[in-house]
Amino acid sequence: MSHETAMAEGGFWRDTGRTGIGAWIFSTDHKRIGLMYLYCVSGFFLVGAFLGLLIRLELMAPGPTIMTAQTYNAVFTVHGVVMIFLFIIPGIPASFGNLVLPIQLGARDVAFPRVNLFSWWLYAIGAVIVLTSLFTGGGAPDTGWTFYVPFSARTTTNVSLAVFGVFVLGFSSILTGINFITTIHRMRAPGMTWTRIPLFTWSLYATAWVQVLATPIIAITLLLVVTERILGLGLFDPTRGGDPVMFQHMFWIYSHPAVYIMILPGMGVISDIIPVFSRKPIFGYKMIAFSSLAIAAAGSAVWGHHMYTSGMSDMGVLIFSFLTFIVAIPSAIKVFNWVSTMYKGSISLEAPMLFALSFILLFSIGGLSGLILGAAATDIHVHDTHFVVGHFHYVMFGGTGFAFFAAAHYWLPKYFGRRYREKPAIVGWVLMFIGFNILYFTMQVLGMEGMPRRYYDYLPEFARLNFVATVGSWIMLAGVAIVVWNLWRGLLKGEPFTGNPWGGASLEWSIATPPPTENFEEDPVVTHGPYDFKGAGVP
Amino acid sequence: MTEEHAEHILSYGKLTTVWVALLVLTAATIMVTRVELGVWKVWAALAIASVKSGLVIAFFMHMKYEPRLFRIILFVALFTLAGFIGGTFFDVLYR
Amino acid sequence: MSHLEKDSFGAKLGMWLFLFTEMLLFGGVFILYSVYLTRYPKEFGLGGHQLDLVYGATNTAVLLTSSLFAAMSVTAIKTGAKKLTLGLLSGTIGCALIFLGIKYLEWSAKFHHGIYPNSPKLIAGPPGESIFFSLYYLTTGLHGIHVIVGAVLMSWTAVMVQKERLNATDNVTLENVTLYWHLVDLVWIFIFPLYYLIL
Repeated sequence: MSHETAMAEGGFWRDTGRTGIGAWIFSTDHKRIGLMYLYCVSGFFLVGAFLGLLIRLELMAPGPTIMTAQTYNAVFTVHGVVMIFLFIIPGIPASFGNLVLPIQLGARDVAFPRVNLFSWWLYAIGAVIVLTSLFTGGGAPDTGWTFYVPFSARTTTNVSLAVFGVFVLGFSSILTGINFITTIHRMRAPGMTWTRIPLFTWSLYATAWVQVLATPIIAITLLLVVTERILGLGLFDPTRGGDPVMFQHMFWIYSHPAVYIMILPGMGVISDIIPVFSRKPIFGYKMIAFSSLAIAAAGSAVWGHHMYTSGMSDMGVLIFSFLTFIVAIPSAIKVFNWVSTMYKGSISLEAPMLFALSFILLFSIGGLSGLILGAAATDIHVHDTHFVVGHFHYVMFGGTGFAFFAAAHYWLPKYFGRRYREKPAIVGWVLMFIGFNILYFTMQVLGMEGMPRRYYDYLPEFARLNFVATVGSWIMLAGVAIVVWNLWRGLLKGEPFTGNPWGGASLEWSIATPPPTENFEEDPVVTHGPYDFKGAGVP
Repeated sequence: MTEEHAEHILSYGKLTTVWVALLVLTAATIMVTRVELGVWKVWAALAIASVKSGLVIAFFMHMKYEPRLFRIILFVALFTLAGFIGGTFFDVLYR
Repeated sequence: MSHLEKDSFGAKLGMWLFLFTEMLLFGGVFILYSVYLTRYPKEFGLGGHQLDLVYGATNTAVLLTSSLFAAMSVTAIKTGAKKLTLGLLSGTIGCALIFLGIKYLEWSAKFHHGIYPNSPKLIAGPPGESIFFSLYYLTTGLHGIHVIVGAVLMSWTAVMVQKERLNATDNVTLENVTLYWHLVDLVWIFIFPLYYLIL
């Protein structure tokens, strides 16, 4: 390691000329921006998790438990808005993407560092606007995170401001996407051919395309909700000739591809972790890379499966249902390749790998329950029930959430130069995994039995399972608390973390810890693939 | 930056020719749509608009002289938009 | 591949990606237009005939001319003709102002006739007509905002050219701003037939 000096001086943590908070909020260093994103999204994750806990407490027993019906409506709306727009969409791409992507490509920064900083500022401003909307005007929105018309056009709560905040967040997401695509096309080090790009970065490439091409549609849709409320355009108002179902189309044209903005980077994290902890090159590199693009493409054509019961035409239902099944193919390709990578590998069960393994299981359960929802006939039975809630938490939290923690345990020590303790991480993971399944599997059963989502009250026969689910949420959150506390403490005060203890072969493991401000003291020349452990000379 | 393409500067004459063509096409689309053609009117107008935007993209926006990557991603974007419109019509047309 | 030298290829790639987002943004409006046109062809026809073809056609010519000036300004700056660049940029901005002026006249005439979003006349009229004019105001309004943004960007670029921060060798910012301007023109190329001609 020729960068011992940089390491001793703290790499990019060193003062860059500015002091105090200005050294962060005006920094164009992708690592600092990535960390700022990480702090923000983690904070919002905890806020969202707390709101989720409140929802479960309210549903613990039938009838009013801890809040009024109106508060409940606001709490599940804000839980959704915070988790979707402030945590999970920017979660992995903006935080870990910024931290890792340029280094994996052998670049010193992203293509447009100032745009990158601007994008973070937009994220921060959007977040402030969304938070402001909760306490001003008519109070926190009560529409659900989907902002469906006609209710969102009529409710007296502060929908306009919240929706505008989401609009700003969308702009931030677009700029990140543009930056990543350009960086991947233009900033690759010599020798970094397309088939040597690590799969995490490949997944971010596919994600970035979805961010660029789908986000504008939500932007115009949300603007329409605002104009509907302020100017009374009537474009979604049936009494004026408008069609509320068109809102659903436009909303889901973005919001379905958006679930791939959420899950693809998670899959990328898993594709990077599994070979490292199996001591084996990834199985089917090209197929995994290609399936990311295939998921992004196919996933952009299936939005109608959210609308089977909306009054859409039977032809629409048929076609969207068919297309939905196509998405299962590239998703399954990934799962099979991960499992094949582990086959006969020398697997070491450390924290990142445990999170990665649970990702595969939970994502598979979520994906398979998705087939029940994708098939029109069965969907009509469980539409808008807790089955759906259970399904998307399996995919979003069991998938992306667990991948987020996997990434945190895998990459953050590299950036902080210190590591967490292994035992609490594993205890936290076990609790998260057990609590998670108690909570969301129970929800799926409840949904099958007919308990609708977003209802404040329910029939007495659902009481027992709801109680079980709420207990599951406590176990899960206890696990989350241990994991977050252990990470926090370890990264700030833990044992020093140096070198390449896990033996990763991609470029981020070849540089000093923490990375120097410029990442590479000399521009690297890439001579081997990201999972070619022999070529990288790691054991 | 090894594959840097030679920069192509368009002459004023060529740009003016394109501009004249655009004005002629504008006049043409107005005239075509004054004739009673029924549904064909819509398609004729859209076809002319597409030719016009093709000219703007190819010459004013230099697309003709950019590397192939730019044309590929342009088609990806247009194809995506067409997919969004088409998908919506699977519902709207058969309702 | 150092990060220090300016990558004009990358800058243009980024700009094009941004232009795609603009295309998709207007694409959302065109989705609504096409759906409502198939649902209310008759009402759209009645609405379309109330739009003033002369205003629309004039504005088309004005925007095409502005695009010509913008495209020429790129040629001018690359050949080192600073004064000509500034003149052409002023021409573009001038055309933008004329466009906005005509739009103002057109909108005021409509307002005068009681046709504006949520107006009593539209509420009383057939549903499809209100949809048509809502879409008309939405599309032209959104486009108008882009014209204003484009004009502001052009003015800023002109200042940069004046200060010679943009010059014969370093001019990708000017190119990108003109790309944005051409997009504004492109959108109008579709708005014009869809609202003024085919109905």
